[in-house]
Amino acid sequence: MLVSYQWLKKYIDIDDLTAEEVAEKLTRSGVEVDLVHSMNKGVKNIVVGKVLECEKHPEADKLNLCQVDIGEDESVQIVCGAANVAKDQHVVVAKVGARLPGGMKIKRAKLRGQTSEGMICSLQELGYEGKLVSKEYTEGIFPFPTEMTPGEDAMEALNLGDQVLELDLTPNRADCLSMIGTAYEVGAILGRDVKLPETTMERGQENASDYVSVKVDANEDNPYYGAIMIKDVTIAPSPLWLQTTLMAAGVRPINNVVDITNYVLLEYGQPLHAFDYDRFGSEEVLVRRAKDGEKITTLDDVERTLTADYLVITNGKEPVALAGVMGGANSEVQSDTKNILLEAAYFKGTTIRKASRELGLRSDASARFEKGVDPSRVRAAGERAAKMIAEIAGGTVLSGIVEFNELDVTPKEVTITLGKINGVLGTSIDTDTVKEILSKLQFTFELEGEMFRIFVPTRRQDIQIEADIVEEVARLYGYDNIPTTLPNTATTPGGLTEVQAKKRKARRFLEHAGVNEAVSYSLTTGEKESHFHEDADSLSRVKVALPMSEERSTLRTTLLPHLLDALSHNKNRSNLNVSLYEIGSVFHTEEETITKQPMETAMLSGAFMGLCYEHSWQGEKKAVDFFVVKGIVEGLLKELKMEGDVQFVQSEPKGFHPGRAAKLLVNGKEMGVLGQIHPSVAKEWSLPETYVFELNFHALVEGKGKEIRYSPIPRYPAMDRDIALVLDETVKASEVEKVIVEFGGDLLKNVALFDLYQGEHLEAGKKSLAFSLRYQDPEKTLTEEEVTKVHESVLAGLEERLGATLRS
Amino acid sequence: MLDRLQELKDEAIQKVNEANSVKELKDLRVAYLGKKGPITEVLKGMGKLSAEERPKVGQMANEVREAVADLINEKETKLEEEALVAKLREESIDVTLPGRPVGKGSKHPLTSVIETIEDIFIGMGFTVAEGPEVETDYYNFESLNLPKDHPARDMQDTFFITNDLLLRTQTSPVQTRTMEKHEGRGPVKIICPGKVYRRDEDDATHSHQFMQIEGLVVAEGIRMSDLKGIFEQFVKRYFGQDREIRLRPSFFPFTEPSAELDVSCAICAGKGCRTCKHTGWIEVLGSGMVHPNVLSMGGFDPEKYSGFAFGMGVERFAMLKYGIDDIRHFYTNDTRFLSQFNRV
Ligand SMILES: [Zn+2]
Repeated sequence: MLVSYQWLKKYIDIDDLTAEEVAEKLTRSGVEVDLVHSMNKGVKNIVVGKVLECEKHPEADKLNLCQVDIGEDESVQIVCGAANVAKDQHVVVAKVGARLPGGMKIKRAKLRGQTSEGMICSLQELGYEGKLVSKEYTEGIFPFPTEMTPGEDAMEALNLGDQVLELDLTPNRADCLSMIGTAYEVGAILGRDVKLPETTMERGQENASDYVSVKVDANEDNPYYGAIMIKDVTIAPSPLWLQTTLMAAGVRPINNVVDITNYVLLEYGQPLHAFDYDRFGSEEVLVRRAKDGEKITTLDDVERTLTADYLVITNGKEPVALAGVMGGANSEVQSDTKNILLEAAYFKGTTIRKASRELGLRSDASARFEKGVDPSRVRAAGERAAKMIAEIAGGTVLSGIVEFNELDVTPKEVTITLGKINGVLGTSIDTDTVKEILSKLQFTFELEGEMFRIFVPTRRQDIQIEADIVEEVARLYGYDNIPTTLPNTATTPGGLTEVQAKKRKARRFLEHAGVNEAVSYSLTTGEKESHFHEDADSLSRVKVALPMSEERSTLRTTLLPHLLDALSHNKNRSNLNVSLYEIGSVFHTEEETITKQPMETAMLSGAFMGLCYEHSWQGEKKAVDFFVVKGIVEGLLKELKMEGDVQFVQSEPKGFHPGRAAKLLVNGKEMGVLGQIHPSVAKEWSLPETYVFELNFHALVEGKGKEIRYSPIPRYPAMDRDIALVLDETVKASEVEKVIVEFGGDLLKNVALFDLYQGEHLEAGKKSLAFSLRYQDPEKTLTEEEVTKVHESVLAGLEERLGATLRS
Repeated sequence: MLDRLQELKDEAIQKVNEANSVKELKDLRVAYLGKKGPITEVLKGMGKLSAEERPKVGQMANEVREAVADLINEKETKLEEEALVAKLREESIDVTLPGRPVGKGSKHPLTSVIETIEDIFIGMGFTVAEGPEVETDYYNFESLNLPKDHPARDMQDTFFITNDLLLRTQTSPVQTRTMEKHEGRGPVKIICPGKVYRRDEDDATHSHQFMQIEGLVVAEGIRMSDLKGIFEQFVKRYFGQDREIRLRPSFFPFTEPSAELDVSCAICAGKGCRTCKHTGWIEVLGSGMVHPNVLSMGGFDPEKYSGFAFGMGVERFAMLKYGIDDIRHFYTNDTRFLSQFNRV
């Protein structure tokens, strides 16, 4: 809502306050003013001029030579390029030395050999937005609609000294979508009265009911419909004050009758509609739901197909307006309109909302109906507009209003005690203060002991319950005056749950391992995920009904594509060594057509490219490889105290290098994958050798985790034996270790692989693995013989099970 | 003979003094003190001496031997020390060369803000509650006093999945879910961080996905002044001891009365600058007393219980704290951005 400061002054005495002061007071009490802007965008020294002569420029077809009286001794010659400039017009002249918005300074000039002493201005040149300028003048200069005095200050005539408060209204304060409503709000803050406009007028002899009847077949949607008849009007441009007032409020002037309905809409917050009575098509107004498939061409010349959800105004046969949203083209007020049928109605918000949303037609009118207009002001707004039409456009307002009226205008009654108010706020406000606040709000009330019985005016439909009254009292009492206390409740132990604490541990572990945390979007595209899932378009995916773009159409089922996006983004910016991790949810449904909330599973994923370690001047460098990533995953499992049998099983998940990927199994249950991204998939992202892991974080942290139990430090010495085995290439290190452990028995305390060799010193198809075995007995010092006995059986076992021989 | 010893002593002292290396000293030791050395020679000739002279010469010979030996030892120690000093000097390094880096990744700035805020509220007795990102219309809207067709639903343009399922537009649904778990018994003191989604075109100040932290306190006798008190503590701990707070009336469907919380601008100390749009204040969160309808729908008796709720934008907090000017940076994961936060 744009509130002109000058206009506001018509309803409330604020001469002692600047626009900025009013704005600050409104903001502090709950109606936020975003900005106070000035109508003057930097204009100086402009006057009214009268065009005395206007001829074509001898040298240029498109220019005019104008002799203009600017109230000085002699007229001046101005070269003007506007097509609509004409003799006898009163125009805005920027004199030599004047300033226009953007710092433009007007100088004496010569245009094709003719001197030009100033400039005849369009409204856009004065800083008005093109969309606010009456269509007649958007392409040319602005001629004043009435006679003016040459030399008169044009800034004053155009009311450029005005300032406009831009209200950022919350949805509950629809009452401030009008000048009168805003005046009430300012009045409540300042404790001042509101002056309402005069609506009594002279009426014609004839009765409106002789010209029109009103019937409503949808009384739920339309509990009030009032029709006012005005005969013999003259359609013309509005007077200047009306045009400038509307433009300041952000509304484009059209013609006097339409401008008046818009003016009253802004003044009362009540939308009105003027029909051309002679084009209405009958003498009967019938309001009803539209028929399915019924059509109407609206004022914007678009044919619209209606459904039974929409409310229409008809002439008994066909729709003439889409109720509360937009009028029909067939009954539009035009330049030759003589008789006006003026509609002042109350339409139900939800009905209007549905139509305006579905048709994409949101207007000042629909916005007000949607939020609920003041039922007590509907008729008054109609009368106010009729009075103004008669005054400005001439014509006679016929007697009476033809009405359908089932509108409830009883004030809402809310009761509250002083104790309740103070109890909620933590204040000790007294009865007199509450009385004073209610009076400022112009709420009538009765005081019964401690109990206030409050009758809320219909303009404040947001006030329904006790809590609403508490807020009204609080905001006018001043939030600053509420004391500062701490809750009296018993203390509660705060803290993180075990899972939340583990999440933090995992984050810290990864960060200390040199991995940066990433956060990416949950919405993605099926196409990206198809690299990792066979079932990219299958049932398990959760899709947004009306995506904003294909890129953000589905909820992700894996974090990997967005991490690869991030690597790719970095690579394109020459960040070549990147390690990222992310913890985030993925989404799956098991339903064919989703009806229930999908499963949300927290995943922990990482993506790596380039070097994971570099200390260049000492020549230390480590490119990421499978084992770097595996080491991080193993460390993480330890950090999370993962209990049980952890296995990395060679596998070929989709999207991975078939020889460099593994599944992580914990107690036989799949917990994740890790490995190198398949080079052809990496190519899709233009990535070099890239490694990733993706773990089911939810499953990893759900268990209790292994408790640490101290085991005594061995008192007897250990004996180490190293063995280098020659094996078939296909034998896995984990298999060898398993055999060693099996045959090593209780005395074997530790096995560690320390070398892998493949190459020229071995026969083809063979490799060598070297292990260090540690033997120890907690009870005594082991003898050489005892160790040898066990060790021999380990070697025998290795040979028997895996065909391993000792490397000579 | 005594003269000869004196002579030998003087000669040895001179040579030791002139010696410049451990090797020379070793040679001198052998030369003067060895079995074939001149002192030994002198002692061998003692047999020719009288009984009177013999002890004198013996004593003198020992004195000379000791004196020379001490001198050699002393000089040797000195030379060794000098050699060590020289050796260490040679081993000297340029301590300004870069150290061997220990990998340190960075916490995402949004996580950093969330964890900091979590810890402040945990210190005030709050627990952390979480909820699903795909919500039902009931939890996201209806239970928060936003029935279907409520105009305030327009404030949050929603990604719907079906008529009833949607991507949550706020973390507030966790309020109702938590209240339900409490089965009508207080106190409830939670904060709920998480991702939320709205149909906004991504630009410098808008993101279709962002993070919020919701807070809720429900107990008997909770007052609006308590909300002020908790905020004052929070603001001083998060933004600094010298920050001030003020509340401004506002509107949220799930609270009544509602308030925006402003914090005095740190950059201009309240005098007005560009960051605070020349108001001296920065809006940091929305809050209010829990609407009775919301309490009822969460299973709490609004006649007995009251409470307050608040919600803050994590990106906004991070932008204010670190001076970040474009919200998209949080979701691009550029390491030149991320690695700036490895100290937080
Ligand atoms: Zn500032």
